[in-house]
Amino acid sequence: MSITLNINGQDHLIDVDPQMPLLWAIRETVGLTGTKFGCGIAQCGNCTVIVDGNAVRSCNTPVATAAGKAIRTIEGVSENNDHPVQQAWQELTVPQCGYCQSGQIMSAVALLEKSPDPTDNEIDKAMAGNICRCGTYPRIRAAIHRAAELSKT
Amino acid sequence: MNHMNLTRRSFMKITTSAAGGLAVGIHFPSMAEASVEGAAAEINAWLTIDPNNIVSIVTPQTEMGQGAFTAVPMMVAEELDIPWENVRHVYASANRHVNNDNLYTTTSTGGSTTVSRRHPYMMQAGASARERLRVAAANRWQVPVDKVTAKQGWLTTEHEEQGTLQGSYGEFAAEAAAVTLDEEPAIKAYGDWWLLGRDVPRLDVPLKTNGTATYPIDVSVPGMVHAAAMACPVPEGRLVSYDFEAVKDMPGVIAAVELEQVKDVPAFTDLRSGVAIVADSWYQAQNALAVMPVVWDYGRGASISTESQMAEAMQLISQPGALVLNEDGNVGRRLDRGVNHDAVHGIIEASASQVTGEVYYRPFETHATMMPPCAVADVKDDRVDVWTFTQDIARSLNEVADQLGRGTENVFLHQTYLGGGFGGGYNMDVHRQAAAISAAVGRPVKVVRSREEDIAQDSQRPPVWGTYKAALGEDGLPEALVTHFVGDEKFPAFSQRGVANMPYLVPNRRHEYSVVQNHIPIGYHRAPGANSTGFIVEQMVDELAQAGGWDPLEWRIKMTEGNEPWQRVLLAMKEKSGWTTDMGRGEGMGLAVVASHGTVAGCVATVAVSRRGQIFIDKLDFYINSGYVINPLAAREQAESSAIWEMSHAMFGGLVIRDGRIVNTNFDSYQMMKMADTPPEIVVHLEMSEDQWWGGLGEPTGPPTPPAVANAIFYATGTRVRSTPLANAEL
Repeated sequence: MSITLNINGQDHLIDVDPQMPLLWAIRETVGLTGTKFGCGIAQCGNCTVIVDGNAVRSCNTPVATAAGKAIRTIEGVSENNDHPVQQAWQELTVPQCGYCQSGQIMSAVALLEKSPDPTDNEIDKAMAGNICRCGTYPRIRAAIHRAAELSKT
Repeated sequence: MNHMNLTRRSFMKITTSAAGGLAVGIHFPSMAEASVEGAAAEINAWLTIDPNNIVSIVTPQTEMGQGAFTAVPMMVAEELDIPWENVRHVYASANRHVNNDNLYTTTSTGGSTTVSRRHPYMMQAGASARERLRVAAANRWQVPVDKVTAKQGWLTTEHEEQGTLQGSYGEFAAEAAAVTLDEEPAIKAYGDWWLLGRDVPRLDVPLKTNGTATYPIDVSVPGMVHAAAMACPVPEGRLVSYDFEAVKDMPGVIAAVELEQVKDVPAFTDLRSGVAIVADSWYQAQNALAVMPVVWDYGRGASISTESQMAEAMQLISQPGALVLNEDGNVGRRLDRGVNHDAVHGIIEASASQVTGEVYYRPFETHATMMPPCAVADVKDDRVDVWTFTQDIARSLNEVADQLGRGTENVFLHQTYLGGGFGGGYNMDVHRQAAAISAAVGRPVKVVRSREEDIAQDSQRPPVWGTYKAALGEDGLPEALVTHFVGDEKFPAFSQRGVANMPYLVPNRRHEYSVVQNHIPIGYHRAPGANSTGFIVEQMVDELAQAGGWDPLEWRIKMTEGNEPWQRVLLAMKEKSGWTTDMGRGEGMGLAVVASHGTVAGCVATVAVSRRGQIFIDKLDFYINSGYVINPLAAREQAESSAIWEMSHAMFGGLVIRDGRIVNTNFDSYQMMKMADTPPEIVVHLEMSEDQWWGGLGEPTGPPTPPAVANAIFYATGTRVRSTPLANAEL
């Protein structure tokens, strides 16, 4: 089935099984590998992308349901790795193995777009779907607050 | 050098190195190109310097978030004396290492040893290069070598006739490469460092904020197909048959490949009996594999369960232990500190103040690296290229060669970043699977494990049961102590490390050990022994202190008298932590200290327990004595990381075995800490770490954390929690 995916502002016409998870369309068909596979059942958040402004687990989202929507992946966060969230992540040396961080960053970006100065409680809720096996949570929390600060200036 | 594009991805290139091997180069978007093509001179196998004075330093270890790709260049750059801004890191060639008598000594990455054990020869490589640059400059300038200084990338001399002469390392690199030293220089001592000891942000951080860091799962080569593989869900079981006809017409399906196990019981990294489906995409391969009829011979493990192991362990632990272990964890006749080993039981039985412990238990835990194990293999007649999840590139290269029955000359195993390691990268057969499948289908192939297959087939951390009996003296301190631990047969150290050799000076000591039947594969983990046994020993100690009327911190200080590394940690805790066992109902402070990987790490945990019994960790306060710290920033990162890693297991983890197979194989049922569970305050004290030794820092804060929390729960509620997950405890 032919499907048009709008990813990071660019249309991609792809021919795939409509039930194929959006994750694999992004990674294998379109070739953007910044979005990661972790569990396949929407429990770890490694595959998080932003669809029409909402953080979505792409590993169990059928690709057909994302057709025509505005999809953002880690590759579309900024041109030069300098979005406030990316700056804060670098400043506080958040990533360790780094594998979950694309998903963490997408969840954080979605959160800050809705709530520019989130409380710890809001952060807990917004980040509840993202696991980090290296345990970088304290730095993620601090970096979200820092990104909120950077966004104001 | 000849560049060719391997994929459309701009940041990954294949380059033919000077040694004729392939190396995947990673560009740093935020940095200049690593080197000027064709012009960089290799001073030794560890570094090249280009005419712009850019130094590319080789890292033989893998980067899995622990900081090897920053720590190794730091150690070399310290001696070379080059500005950090001029340093680029490059991956070591596993092929060159393996085929040149282990050129880099070792490529193994584990046990928190990259800095602690490897620094001498890494620093030597930098020192040697610096001295050869000095000799090259002395030769060209016709001055004695001791008149040439090498500092921050510049060689300088005061020439008698020509005045000050100066040149960059880059200008002398080619000449230095030809210099042979009469004598290797000594490496610098602590106190002479200009770079080591500073906070240095890890070089890989920027690549991990925009999705450009490459992991094995991201590698793609022209013509590549995708494979999903499965081994018997009951470990040690064998494939009997499979019905490819039933799935061969499913979309994208290309082939089924049987994975042949050579040995009856596969070791660590042997290919396990199983079957793979190859398809155009991984999604299609996985879909077909999930519905293909497969018949297994489950083998001896099918009757083993969590309940059967528990029953067996409880039976064993109620009797004297089958083995007596010495301080090294080996079977032996005595403990060095036990004055009369065989008489210990008798002393306890004759004592008027006996303490009999209950049974403590830690279940199986799994690595669950965020990147499921995966590998890409491209097997051709004249060469083999592999990208894989590994913590030892040379070992994996040798295993691929073994799998294919080839020599190592034309096997190239390329480094990528790893999506976590934690010991899991040692116990893998995914690279063998990829090589076998690629050889079978004659095309490059990428194998990705589903999370369920990852957890079902992983080499796990074994369960441990432990108990003790003691006799107290008139001063309330233990006079005699017998510990009895039960664990797995293959790695006794994982079930008793830290027990037999605990530092507490009990005059009469005996440590016994028994093993349960187990077919679940066991492998290296992040502090596998100390994490399990620390939970038990450090609660036992609190029980003994309480029984003898001692404060648990004062007990530990008294029982480690004369042990400087422990005393420093314990006295710092006393001074700085605000230690108290009386915070009022519902709140508690607990402590634990565990030595592992050459480091003594203490944790003071502050915990609140709600009326409904929910546990909140308010604060974790760490006191770490690891000797030298080359990068305090990275040390803090690792301290936080290993603590949360192990607290995840202690709070939520535990694998469940039923009918010989692991039941909880994904994150809906094998849970771990998330943001909301993370303690709001984690403090890491490193300031005492300037003693004359090198300890590791990738693991040691894990072991003391759960027992500190459990001890705090006791002071908050009066209930002692002797098994994990703590979240299941009735409080």
